[in-house]
Amino acid sequence: MNSNDLLKEFIDVFYFIVQNMLPVAIPLLLVALGGMFSERSGVINIALEGIMLFGAFFGCLFVYYVQNTGLNPQVILLLGMVIGAISGFIYSLLLSVAAVNLKADQTITGTALNLIIPAGILLFSRMYFNSDGVTTRVRFYISKIPVLGDIPVIGRLFFQNTYITVYIGLLLLVICTIFFYKTRLGLRLRACGEHPHAADSVGINVYRMRHLGVGLSGILGGIGGFFYAVGIMDGNVNGHTGVAGFGFLALAVMIFGQWKPIRIFFAALFFAFFRTLAPSRSLIPFVRDMNINAAYFKMLPYAATMVVLAFTSKKSRAPKAEGIPFDKGQR
Amino acid sequence: MEDNYIIEMLNITKVFPGIVANDNVTLRLKKGEIHALLGENGAGKSTLMSILFGLYQADSGEIRKNGKVVKINNPNDANALGIGMVHQHFKLVEIFTVLENIMLGDEPTKLGFLQRKQARERIMKFSQQYGLEVNLDALIEDISVGMQQRVEILKMLYRDNEILIFDEPTAVLTPQEIDDLMEIMREFARSGKSIIFITHKLNEIMAVADRCTVLRKGKCVGTVNIKDTTKEELSRMMVGRDVSFSVNKADANPGEVVLSVRNLSVPSSIHKTNAVRNVSFDVRAGEIVCIAGIDGNGQTELVYALTGLERPSGGTITLCGRDITRASIRNRSKTGMSHIPEDRQKHGLILDYTLEENLVLQRYWQPEFQNKGFIRFDAMRSYATRLIDQYDIRSGQGPVTIVRSMSGGNQQKAIVARELDKDHKLLVAVQPTRGLDVGAIEYIHRQLVSDRDAGKAVLIVSFELDEVMDISDRILVMYEGEIVGELDPKTTTVQELGLYMSGAKRSTVKEMSYA
Ligand SMILES: Nc1ncnc2c1ncn2[C@@H]1O[C@H](COP(=O)(O)OP(=O)(O)OP(=O)(O)O)[C@@H](O)[C@H]1O
Ligand SMILES: [Mg+2]
Repeated sequence: MNSNDLLKEFIDVFYFIVQNMLPVAIPLLLVALGGMFSERSGVINIALEGIMLFGAFFGCLFVYYVQNTGLNPQVILLLGMVIGAISGFIYSLLLSVAAVNLKADQTITGTALNLIIPAGILLFSRMYFNSDGVTTRVRFYISKIPVLGDIPVIGRLFFQNTYITVYIGLLLLVICTIFFYKTRLGLRLRACGEHPHAADSVGINVYRMRHLGVGLSGILGGIGGFFYAVGIMDGNVNGHTGVAGFGFLALAVMIFGQWKPIRIFFAALFFAFFRTLAPSRSLIPFVRDMNINAAYFKMLPYAATMVVLAFTSKKSRAPKAEGIPFDKGQR
Repeated sequence: MEDNYIIEMLNITKVFPGIVANDNVTLRLKKGEIHALLGENGAGKSTLMSILFGLYQADSGEIRKNGKVVKINNPNDANALGIGMVHQHFKLVEIFTVLENIMLGDEPTKLGFLQRKQARERIMKFSQQYGLEVNLDALIEDISVGMQQRVEILKMLYRDNEILIFDEPTAVLTPQEIDDLMEIMREFARSGKSIIFITHKLNEIMAVADRCTVLRKGKCVGTVNIKDTTKEELSRMMVGRDVSFSVNKADANPGEVVLSVRNLSVPSSIHKTNAVRNVSFDVRAGEIVCIAGIDGNGQTELVYALTGLERPSGGTITLCGRDITRASIRNRSKTGMSHIPEDRQKHGLILDYTLEENLVLQRYWQPEFQNKGFIRFDAMRSYATRLIDQYDIRSGQGPVTIVRSMSGGNQQKAIVARELDKDHKLLVAVQPTRGLDVGAIEYIHRQLVSDRDAGKAVLIVSFELDEVMDISDRILVMYEGEIVGELDPKTTTVQELGLYMSGAKRSTVKEMSYA
C-alpha cells in the first residue's frame, strides 16, 4: 500500500466517523441539556434514562401507526419528535410534582421512574404486539442533501449519510443557549439552582422555576430519546435494551460539560466519538490489525465516562442548591 | 401625630417551635430617621425584620404604612411598599455577576430578553449618586464581603425602596468600610429614606441613629432618643445588668513556645501570587497574640494554613514541638489545636445537624462518647446540656435544635463552647466576637483571658482595633501578606497601629528576624 492510498483510506475513515458521530452526539447533547435545565433550577434529574425511553416509545409508536400512510419520512420524524417531547414532558411531571411540591427525595424518585418504564414497555408490547417493543420501518436516513451535500469537504462531512435530527439538535442547542443566558426566565432559573433563598427574597417563585426546569428536561429528554431510537436503533424501541444507559451517559456529559450548554456540546461529541469507534474499528487500518474483541470497543464510551469523571469531578462545580427541596422557612 | 410614622409594627407576636421570638413587639419608624434596633443574640431582631420584609408572617399584630394597615405576605409585597432589606447573611448568587444580582427579580426586558445595558445605566446612576462604586461585571464569589454588601445596598436602591432595613451590616466590615457605610446611611436619611439599623456595636448607634428600640428575649423593652441616652444605659436596657466594655486582665506570663511558624508562604486562591509571604512568628503558652490588619491582607490564608484548610507553598509550622506543616486536620486537633473559624456557617458548623451533634463534632470519636463505634447518645446529651448551660447558648429546643434555625450570635457561641472545652494547647480564633452582643463579647473575652491564664497559647485574628488593643498581650500587624510590625498594646496607640495596618510604616527586618 503506498502512502497515497493510506492517506485516502484515512480520510475516508475520518468522514465515516464524523458522519456517524453526529447522530450519536445529538441525543446525548439534547438529553444532557435537559439535565442541565433541571439541575440548574435545583432538581437532580436521575430520571433522564426513563424520560428518554418514555419519549422514544411514544414517538416510535406514533411512527408505527402512520408509517403506511405514505407521509414524507421527514415529516413523520418531525411529528414523532413532537410526540416524544410531549410524552417526555408528561413523564417529567411525575418528577417535578414529587420533587417540587411534595419535597420527595429526588434521587429515589428518579430511580423509581427509571425502573418503571422498561417493564411498562415490555408489558404493553407483549399485550398488543406480542413482541418486546415497537419496530418501525420508515427510512429516515438521508444519503445526500441536495445542493448542500455537493459542497466540497463540508458537504461530505455534514450533509451526507445523515439524519435531520442533527440539524434539529444543533438548532435546539442554539435556542437553549440563548434562552439560558439571554432571557429573564433563564436568569431566574439559574438563580434557583444556586441560591433559591436569594431568588425568593427578590420575589421569584422558586417552585415555578423548578417546574420549568424539570419540564424542559422532560421535553428535551423525550426528543433525545426519540432521536436515539431513530439515529442509533433504526427506529426500534424495546424494553430489554431500553436506551442502553444513554440517559446516564448524558448525565456524565452534563457533568463533564460543567452544566454549561456549549461545553456540554463538546462533551457530547467527545463521548459520541468513543461510541463511534466500535462500528468504525474495522475501517481503521492499524486498529483492525490489532484484532481486539469488539466487546472492548463497545465498552469505550462507558469506560471513558468513568475515567473522565474520576479526573474532572474533583474540580466540577455542581449547582449549589441542587437536590435540596426548597423550604421558605429555612434561612 | 400618627401620620408621622411611615411604618408601624404594632403588637407583633411570632412563635417558633419552643420559642417566642417576638412577644407583643411594637416598633414605629419615622420618615427620614435612622432607627436602631438593639438586642441580645436571639432577642428576635432578625425575626421582626423578616416579618416586615414578608419572609415570615406574624402570628398576631399588624403592620401599618403611613397609618394604613397593610398585609405583607412575601418579599414582593414588601418591595411594592418600598421596603428593602440587607440580610444578615447576604442573599447573593455567587456565580452571577454583580449586575445580574442587582437586577435579578426586576429585570428590564424586551420580549423576554434581558436588557443588560438598561439595567447597567440605572445602577450606575445610583452608584454615582451615593458614591457606591462597584465593578458590575465581577462575579460575587470574587469580591470582598464589603463589596458584596454594596451590591445588597444597590439592590434596594435599584428597586426604589424608601424603607431600608440593615440587619447587622457592620459585623462583616472593616473599620474604614464601617465609616463609609455610616456616611452612606446618613446620606440616605438626608434624601428622605427611612432606615432600620440592627447592630451590636453601641458606638455605631450613638454615632448615626436618631432613636433606638431595644428588645430583650423577644420582648420590647422600650424606645429611646439617642440624644438623651448613653452607651451604658442602652446596654443595661438590653442585657438587664451593667456591662464592662474593657477587658480586665493581669499581665501575661508567657511560657514555652507552643506554636512556631517559620518562613511560611501560602498561595492565594484568587491571584497567582502568594497571599502569605515568608511569615515567621511564635506564640507562647500563657499569652494572647493578636494578628491585626485590614481584611484581605493574608490573614485568612495564614489561618487556613495553620489549621490545615489549605496547603502552604513553603515554610514550616510547629505545634508543641511537632511539625504539623502537612498534618491532617484531625491530627492538628489531636496535637492540641482549637479553631474558631472565620466563616462560622461554612467551616464551623454543620447547619442541618442538631446543636448537640455540632457540640461533639471534635470529640465524638473519643471513648467518652462512643462504644465500639456506636455513639453514646446519653453522654452526648449530658455533655451538650452542660455546654449550653455554661456558655448560655440560646435556642428553641435546646440540644436538639437544628443549628440552622439558631440566631447568628448563638451559632457563634456554640462554636466557641466546643473549641474552648476541648483539650487544647493552642486556640486559633478568627473574629471570635463577630456578630455578638455586648454581653456575649464580654463573656467571650473573659473566656479567652482565662484560657490564657490556664496556660494556653491564644492566637486571635481581628479586624477590630478596639478588640486588638484590649485583649492582646502582643500585636503582630499583617500587611500585604507579610508581618510588618510587632507592637506592645501597652505602649502603642491606635494611631500607630493604624499606620502599620495601612502599610505607611513598618519595622526593620532585623527587629523582626527569628533565629
Ligand atoms: N426559622 C426559625 N425556626 C425556628 N426558630 C427560629 C427561626 N428563626 C429564628 N428562630 C429562633 O428565634 C429566636 C430569635 O432569632 P433571631 O434570628 O430573630 O435573633 P436575633 O435577634 O437576630 O439574634 P442575632 O443578634 O444573634 O442575629 C432565636 O432563638 C432563634 O433560634
Ligand atoms: Mg439576627
